[in-house]
Amino acid sequence: MAEQEILIINHGNFEKEFLGTIADGIAKEFHLPVSIKESHMDLSEYYDPIRRQYNGNQLMKDLDSWSTLKQYKIIGLFRVDLFNPILTYIFGQAALNGNIGVASMYRLRNEQYGMPKDNDLLLERFQKVIIHELGHMFGLVHCHIPPCVMRSSTYVEDIDQKSTHLCSKCRQEAGILQ
Amino acid sequence: MPGKISILIVDDEESVRDSLYNWFIEDGYEVECAENAKQALSILESRNMDIILADIKMPGMDGLEMHRRIRSLNKDSIVIIMTAFAAVDTAVQALKDGAFDYITKPFDPDDLSHLIRNASSQISLKEENKALRNKLISLENVEDLIGSSEAMIGVLKEVERVAQSNSPVIISGESGTGKELIARAIHSNSKRKFSPLVSVHCGALTESLLESELFGHEKGAFTGAMYNRKGRFEMADGGTIFLDEIATISPKMQIELLRVLETKTFIRVGGNKEITSDFRVICATNKNLKLMVDDGLFREDLFYRLNVVNIRIPPLRERAEDIPLLVDHFIKKYCTSMSRNIMRIDKAALKRLEQYDFPGNVRELENMIERAIVVGNEKEIRLRDLPFEKGMSTHSFQSLEDLEKQYILQVLNKHDWNISQSAKVIKVDRATLYNKIKKYELQSPKK
Repeated sequence: MAEQEILIINHGNFEKEFLGTIADGIAKEFHLPVSIKESHMDLSEYYDPIRRQYNGNQLMKDLDSWSTLKQYKIIGLFRVDLFNPILTYIFGQAALNGNIGVASMYRLRNEQYGMPKDNDLLLERFQKVIIHELGHMFGLVHCHIPPCVMRSSTYVEDIDQKSTHLCSKCRQEAGILQ
Repeated sequence: MPGKISILIVDDEESVRDSLYNWFIEDGYEVECAENAKQALSILESRNMDIILADIKMPGMDGLEMHRRIRSLNKDSIVIIMTAFAAVDTAVQALKDGAFDYITKPFDPDDLSHLIRNASSQISLKEENKALRNKLISLENVEDLIGSSEAMIGVLKEVERVAQSNSPVIISGESGTGKELIARAIHSNSKRKFSPLVSVHCGALTESLLESELFGHEKGAFTGAMYNRKGRFEMADGGTIFLDEIATISPKMQIELLRVLETKTFIRVGGNKEITSDFRVICATNKNLKLMVDDGLFREDLFYRLNVVNIRIPPLRERAEDIPLLVDHFIKKYCTSMSRNIMRIDKAALKRLEQYDFPGNVRELENMIERAIVVGNEKEIRLRDLPFEKGMSTHSFQSLEDLEKQYILQVLNKHDWNISQSAKVIKVDRATLYNKIKKYELQSPKK
């Protein structure tokens, strides 16, 4: 793990400060250096007019072109609504032990559920989704310990129930130093 | 639970397979993928999968047909059908065929999680059920079979040994020795114990009735066949069929029976659909079937088909040491059923029973004890409560005719020579009883 790095690719035009906070959180959780790159990729080709969403699977495939250096774990961050062929929506997805993952902020916004805007909560939720997907990329499966960030979440309320941290069992399994 | 459950994804679209694969693998399940039904069936031939998530529309064999094939492989897998279009008739068909559920793509992530959690719970329950059944099987005993004699212990060991196999069994023994009890003990100690034990008393039925009883019939197959009826072979599916008095079946039925035993398939009377049933056959007879084969009365091929295991139950006179145990057992059984205090038996009565030959075997002893409890003093069974008459002390050197004569006379005297009542007790018609009275030159003491 010491050889690896995490690369965040900004596909959502997120503010520097916002991304910096997220990167700090990731670095602390995984004890790895985190860098950020901007992307100006045109997302329109990933748009499915029938579902009115963006194809997460296709995005993951194309993000692979960024991984010229195999020590990188790459996660693309989006503002758009993502789907995959079997699910109505996804907060994020990543291949187990893979190098690529995606995470979307779209369904994490309080406004989506008729609630008042809450930027702090949004940042926290997004951070949890990103760490969760990175956990999969480091070989972690869903965890049954309630506060662990690797606990499965199918609703946004589930995300609020867990912390931003990996439990000790998951840390040990991922080989993260305490 | 996750980690133990295996899931097979069958879908012709790679993106669907990949997405589901990732979803389940991240949840800790063991996942395999197949791009068509043929590939899925080949995976299932080599290993069991707990849950199969199959697309309904695939090139070649569709999901419903694949589901039917899976069922014919006798796999316990839970099948969930996926489709891109919600079609009620297809959903109903899938459920009718035994699918666990039906889900329309794309799924709500929470619905998919729930569905798999429910399927996993079902699998856990099945596993738990299986474990409990195995536990029960190991605890099963044969408490109705009483006896500590060497002969009886030999029989019980044989029961234990043959119970685990699926081989046909012939139980031979005199009338009243407990052949049906042995059949029950074999069944209740076998893996088939949770399926029915179906008994057929072949001797009590005519050839045509037996045929309909064993194979069932279709509505209108014969006069009076108002409804379709399942036969005993069909009812014994998964369990055991007990054919009592097998020696009495006609040559035609012997041929039919041989065919069914060899193919495990049959057709209902008046029907045309072949029915398959998985049953074990146990037969009983008080005749010497081998001698009947030699005399041409019983088919040799059927005899060898049935006679894989032969258990001979010794008559009670060959195991007189079991009489005290049997007496105790029947006293407890009948005192309990009549809500009486448990009685004792006095020494003289027991000694007399031990000396008696019991031509009617255990059934005769059981009837004697039941009667003694009814007529006795509610504390103990005395010699006078037992139905021994002077002159009936030994049967060893008496002919069958002498015994019959004594028995008929005893019954007639007991009922004041009322022919109707006596015939009813002896279980013959009045004309037969008159013929016997004439034959044995019996006379009423009042004449």
